[in-house]
Amino acid sequence: MKYHSQKIALAYFVTAMALFLVQVSVGLLLGWIYVAPNTLSDILPFNIARMLHTNSLIVWLLTGFFGAAYFIIPEEAEREIHSEKLAYIQLAILVLGTAGVVVTYVFDLFNGNFLLGKEGREFLEQPLWVKLGIVVAALIFLYNVSMTVLAGRKTAITNVLLIGLWGIALLFLFALYNPSNLSLDKMFWWYVVHLWVEGVWELVMASILAYLMLKLTGVDREIVEKWLYVIVGTALFSGILGTGHHYYWIGTPAYWQWIGSIFSALEVVPFFLMMVFSFVMVWKGRRDHPNKAALLWSLGTTTLAFFGAGVWGFMHTLHGVNYYTHGTQITAAHGHLAFFGAYVSLNLAIFTYAFPILWNRDPYNQVLNMASFWLMAGGMAFMTFVLTFAGTIQTHLQRVMGQYYMDVQDQLSLFYYMRFGAGLAVVLGAILFIYAVLVPRREVIEPGPAVQTAAE
Amino acid sequence: MREVMTKTMARNIFYGGSLFFILIFLGLTIHSFYYIVTTSTAAAPLTDSVIKGKFVWERHACINCHTLHGEGAYFAPEVGNVMTRWGVIDNPEDAFTTLKSWIEAQPTGVEGRRQMPRFHLSDEEIRNLANFLIWADKTDTQNWPPNDAG
Repeated sequence: MKYHSQKIALAYFVTAMALFLVQVSVGLLLGWIYVAPNTLSDILPFNIARMLHTNSLIVWLLTGFFGAAYFIIPEEAEREIHSEKLAYIQLAILVLGTAGVVVTYVFDLFNGNFLLGKEGREFLEQPLWVKLGIVVAALIFLYNVSMTVLAGRKTAITNVLLIGLWGIALLFLFALYNPSNLSLDKMFWWYVVHLWVEGVWELVMASILAYLMLKLTGVDREIVEKWLYVIVGTALFSGILGTGHHYYWIGTPAYWQWIGSIFSALEVVPFFLMMVFSFVMVWKGRRDHPNKAALLWSLGTTTLAFFGAGVWGFMHTLHGVNYYTHGTQITAAHGHLAFFGAYVSLNLAIFTYAFPILWNRDPYNQVLNMASFWLMAGGMAFMTFVLTFAGTIQTHLQRVMGQYYMDVQDQLSLFYYMRFGAGLAVVLGAILFIYAVLVPRREVIEPGPAVQTAAE
Repeated sequence: MREVMTKTMARNIFYGGSLFFILIFLGLTIHSFYYIVTTSTAAAPLTDSVIKGKFVWERHACINCHTLHGEGAYFAPEVGNVMTRWGVIDNPEDAFTTLKSWIEAQPTGVEGRRQMPRFHLSDEEIRNLANFLIWADKTDTQNWPPNDAG
């Protein structure tokens, strides 16, 4: 660790992993409710548990991004973070808001209160006071990192990272705007949801990935940064008008069916480029970096993002297909692999890279960490497959044959059992990952002699 | 790639292209806004009751089980066309009584059956919610969903 203030990242990463554990545990519970629907139905109904599942996902990914920024920016800007104290205040606000959200949801406190009660738009259910807290925390963060970058060295990586993070904060302001007209509500809701995950989050992802490639492969910065601009260019050129694939059936004009189909088909391109980029850099790179687990996660994130966000997204994005698959388990399959591949794996990649450095010891527990990768990636791939099968059957029975929703669901139970099993593998993988980066202080399996001679 | 494009060129294309697509997107958003207000949702007036009904829908987190125009949680049936499915789209009074008897029959407690929680709503809230769902059902959604099953 070159700069003392990179240590801030440790607190952010640990917080993020705690929420990660909450997210996957509640996810497992939801998977169980699918197979045994009476479970906890009076105490913790499905809708409340689902809010915990989705909200904790978003918060931990963002917390991981913040931590990654605090880790990367000092090295890139070649100076300490502007204010360490502000960074910890920001984290405290986020933790307080998260705790407030959990208590508000679970006990349904202040129902209907405009400031303290939960709001009812999907993923944006946080009470108004928490939303305002998030805005304050984001402002503190942006001030802190922007001051650092402005005073230091400016690189393409920090440039794209900052554009992405500013974009996240500005687009979140639309979460405060809830029109009474449902169709308008939905149109602007996607300004947050789509333009985040298929827009500015991709900028954050690409810049963190570029940083990892730079460090892990040792390829020339000039080459990495050129790739970075090309990738984020294709991300925004396709992603902005790609929003149209959410504007097919919500009361928006019919021309979105063409715009959405064409541009969202192109959304595969940035994910394909990121995958090619990571493999080409590893191929070209001369550095034999000892942190093999970080390399596995870096290649894993681009590959799984290409399949989850790219291929599975394209599968149901053309409007002629989406007319039948919209809002079925196909969407759930895509959502799970896309989030896991693109953003969960990316976060776990930077955690895996950063933890040995933050604790100033050699890469350790490569084997356990890599086992956790295969456990999680395998579980998530299996879950995606079974949900895709379920969604295909659902689409046919419900959308083509016109059978009623619950009659169709009763015929899908086999897939929901298999999904629960897949979820169990993911949870075990998550626990193993957290154990591997936090607890053991040396390798559990001695590296063989060939590895030692190959090391730089 | 070095010969084809420099880093500066790549950066400028990123900035210029993004700005171009942002402007198009904003322009189309303005048109869509106008279209929603004057055309696709103009079939039924956005009354005070509909607006209050939307608030009932939101504060009980209905979207985290149901879908509405296909967006939501996929755990419970689509409700964007529920009033058509129930055959009460043109009769707000029947819509109210049907919705009331449905909500007050929950949870069924039947073993192995998905459970809808019991929401303690006043008659006025149920009426507003019914009006909101009728209003949403009358939105021009380009003929989605494909059939009454939702």
